[in-house]
Parts: sequence; structure tokens; C-alpha cells
Amino acid sequence: MERYTHLQSIQSDIKSDKISLPQLVEYYLKNIEDKKHLNAFLEVFTEDAKSAAVNIQQKIKQGKAGKLAGMVIGLKDNLCYKGHKVSASSKILESFTSIYSATAVERLLAEDAIIIGRLNCDEFAMGASNENSAFGTVLNDADNTKVSGGSSGGCAVAVQADLCLAALGSDTGGSVRQPAGFCGVYGLKPTYGRISRWGLIAYASSFDIIGPLTKSVDDAQILLEVISGADEYDATSSEKPVDVYSQASVSGQKLKIAYIKETIEMDGLQPEVKVNIEKSIERLRAQGHTVEPVSFDMLDKLIPIYYTLTTAEASSNLARFAGMHYGFRSSNAHDFESTIRKSRSEGFGAEVKRRIMLGTFVLSEGYYDAYYTKAQKVRNLVKQKTDEIFSQYDFIMSPTSPTSAFKIGEKSDDPLAMYLADIFTVHANIAGCAAISIPNGVDNNNMPIGLQFMAKSFDEARLLAFVKNFRSE
Amino acid sequence: MDINNETIDRLAELAKLEFNTTEKESLKKDLNSIISYFEKLNEVNTDNVEPLIFMTDEFNRLREDVVLQNTSKQEALLNAPAKDSDYFRVPKVLDK
Repeated sequence: MERYTHLQSIQSDIKSDKISLPQLVEYYLKNIEDKKHLNAFLEVFTEDAKSAAVNIQQKIKQGKAGKLAGMVIGLKDNLCYKGHKVSASSKILESFTSIYSATAVERLLAEDAIIIGRLNCDEFAMGASNENSAFGTVLNDADNTKVSGGSSGGCAVAVQADLCLAALGSDTGGSVRQPAGFCGVYGLKPTYGRISRWGLIAYASSFDIIGPLTKSVDDAQILLEVISGADEYDATSSEKPVDVYSQASVSGQKLKIAYIKETIEMDGLQPEVKVNIEKSIERLRAQGHTVEPVSFDMLDKLIPIYYTLTTAEASSNLARFAGMHYGFRSSNAHDFESTIRKSRSEGFGAEVKRRIMLGTFVLSEGYYDAYYTKAQKVRNLVKQKTDEIFSQYDFIMSPTSPTSAFKIGEKSDDPLAMYLADIFTVHANIAGCAAISIPNGVDNNNMPIGLQFMAKSFDEARLLAFVKNFRSE
Repeated sequence: MDINNETIDRLAELAKLEFNTTEKESLKKDLNSIISYFEKLNEVNTDNVEPLIFMTDEFNRLREDVVLQNTSKQEALLNAPAKDSDYFRVPKVLDK
């Protein structure tokens, strides 16, 4: 079977009887089996996927199939799917079964997507390398000694290795874009509030957003179209109308693109990554766009803002894991109080505990204003400055990450070095705007390099149309 | 800011976590280096800047207050580590 990169090709091949949906599902199941060593899947929904394939194949024949018929998709292990396990790659939720589906998942199913399994990630989406999963590291399919990136590492590798056509991940500070960049696939972080967070296991509620990882811009467009929009179960989901992303066009338009000077001049930027963005700037200019440097003197403040606020929100969101109503309960405890303490201490991994402790610190009496409120104020300044750039430019471009995928184990003893892997991606989550990482060539070791474009809030239609042209022109 | 053993113990108490001596040592080291990195934010003048709290400018979406039962008792108890037919079971809260 051919390696499909577009849902549209699958749909037309099914229509012309070149392939059937059950055959396609068998193909992906075989790839998953052959590439088991990558550790991308935590669980494969084999029987569900097979029977859905038979049903949907019939619906296609009857002309009654939904928009996503033919889409075989994996879910990051922090998205609820009714009747299926979801663990956030944590021991504390190892045996948890969802009693409802995330709104985004409901919408996929309503359009006849097939969910093939759940994908490994960093525990509670906290990490940049997928090394923080309670169920093992995910290996990059381009080089098995390198990380997948994180936290949606299983998603990125599953798409990279053709274990499914697409995946849904979540992006709090780069968790869709950074692994997408490391694995050579597309990763979209939509605007905050564009997609309902109902059924997404919370990490940092003012940052979290669901996003697709795909092999083509077209598939990102159609997935976004299906899963976006207001939801009565999430008061922060936006009521703004959802664009018909697949029809959007910026063809013939000459656009203005800014790049942040400090991102290209940064110490520690891998030389090939620098050359890659410089060439991309030239390419855009050759396509007739205006590309100009802008100064953004708050680049070194992004990581401190991000970790101050996300750890605070995480410490609050993760308070619910107490070994009482659901999740792991320690058998070493004897009373109420020690049950809570021991269940949490034995159930959470080291990075999650580190972030809960940090968040508890910045929210604690005497430090709240100096750390938490201060970071919220600087967040406001970053948003204002970013909006100022967007008042003059259509998009902001930067590398997705300072380097290509690093070696497994290389940064795992130094949390701060690991945090810096997110330096270019956290910006969009701090400002709440949209951003995408696109595959943009490889480095000297054949490891993928990602290129990021940020757009102002709710400008996904133009952003996606633009990157499609950038790649094809 | 210096994170010492006392701070670690106080934070652990607030967060309902416990750590052994080795873990405490490494937490102390990590928290000190990360929190001093957070202090970079003090370089920014934020006089007269409001904290950014809500990421959406859409205000209070209201809906009718309708009683719905989305979750059955069985579903609610499905993932309980201990339960009987009607209730979650938890360890004794009071000694007497």
C-alpha cells in the first residue's frame, strides 16, 4: 500500500475501489506491529478500529459517510474517549477508563474518523522529550538514539513512521509543534479557545489547546474545521464562527513577515538551523513577500513566564489526584491524610512532582505577588508587544526549536536545559495566538528541522493557506 | 530566594507530597536554580501593568440552568479505587 499523506487521496482511492478502508486499517495495524520498538502507542484499539472500518466502508458505498471517512487517527494519551483507557502517561491514572469523550473526539467520530489507539506522551504533558512518560521513552524514527520531542512525542512519531495518517495532541508550550519539528511532520497549535478543552486532561488551563499532527497542511485544515467551535462544556471555547479552512486562499497576496532578530542571533542555535531559517527568509522574498527583522527584547523572559504560570496552574489542576474518587491509591497508607500523600507521591513521576512543588511555591503566601502576579503582568506585556508586531505584519517566523532532536538522556538530568528546548514555541501559548511548525528539510545528520510561523489569534485560515503555498511554490 | 530544607518541607506539606532525603536534596538544587531563573522577570518594569488573567475577550457565556444527569452512579463509581454499591470508600477520616 502507498504511504498516504493526504486524506483526500485515501478518499478517492476508496471511491475508485483501489483500496478499502479495512485494508487501510490492516496496513496501519501492521506498521504499528512492525514499529513496536518506537514505543509510540500505549494501546492499540485493534478490534474497534477493524469494526469501524467495515461500517464506514459501507457508509462510503451508500454515500452517507462523514467528512473524515478514511481518516485513521491516533489520540494523545490525555484525550478522553468513552469506554477506553486514558492515563496521561502516568502511573496515577494507569487503570483509568474514560466515562465520556472529549468534545474534539466526539466531533472526529461524528465525521467517521477511525481512532486507532492512544499515544505515548510525557506524563501529564510535562516535558520536551517524551522521557517523562511512566511507560517509557518514545524513539525518533529517523534515528532511534534520538528523542521524539515532547510532550506529544508518540503522536509525532506515529505520524512520522506512518502508523496512522494523523494524530491529535495538545500544546501547552510547544507540545505539538516541537515534536512535529523533531519528527518532520506538521504540527498546529490553534488559537487559545478555538477548540474545546472538554475531555482534555488539564495541565495549565490558560495555555492548553488541542492540536493536530499531520503529514499535510490539507489534513490539518480539515481536522481543524471538524474539531473547532463553541462547546457548552467549555466556557473558554470561543463562539467565533469556524472558518472553512480547506477553502481559504492567500494566493497572489504579497504578505509581510517578521522574524525576531534575537531568535536568529541566539547562542546555542544549531548552525544548520540558522542556515535553514536564513534560506527560508530568502525563499519567501523570492516568492514576493516582505520579510523584515523586528526586535523583541523579551525573548529571555518567555521561559520564566511560562514555567511560573504553568507550574502554578498545574499544582492546582493536579490537586484532584488524591487516590479517592479515581486513580491510583497507595496500599502503604493507613489513614485519610497519608492515603492522599502516599498515593500522590507513589503515583506521580519526578518531573510532575517537581512542577507541583514549583507551582506550590509561586502560589504560596508571601511569594504569590512577587512570582505569580509578576509573571501575569509580564505575560500581559508580551501579549501587547506581540499584538504590536501583528498590527504591522501578517506572520512571525522563527525556528521551531534551537536544535534538531537531541540524544536520549542528553538533557534528562538538567530540567532547566530541557525547559529551554521550548524557547521559541512558548511565545504563542503566552500570547494565546496560533502557530504551526512545518517540516523544512534536514540537518547534516538527516534529522528533520522544523520552521515555525505564528499568526494573530483566530487567523488560522490565512496561516494554513500561506504555509501550503510556501511549501508548494 | 534561598530554598532550604524547611521550605521544601513546607511546600511538600501544602502539595501533599512526601520525599526521601535524596529526593529532597535534588529538589532543593533544582528549585533553587529554576526559581532564580524565574527572577529574571524582575528585570521588567511592570508598574501600571495589569496582570493578564483571562485569555479570551469573550465575556460570561450564560446558559439556562437545566438539571441534567450526564453521569450515572455506576459510571461515577467505575474508576474508584474502593467502593461499595452506592458509595466511594475512603480510609477513616476521624480517629474516634
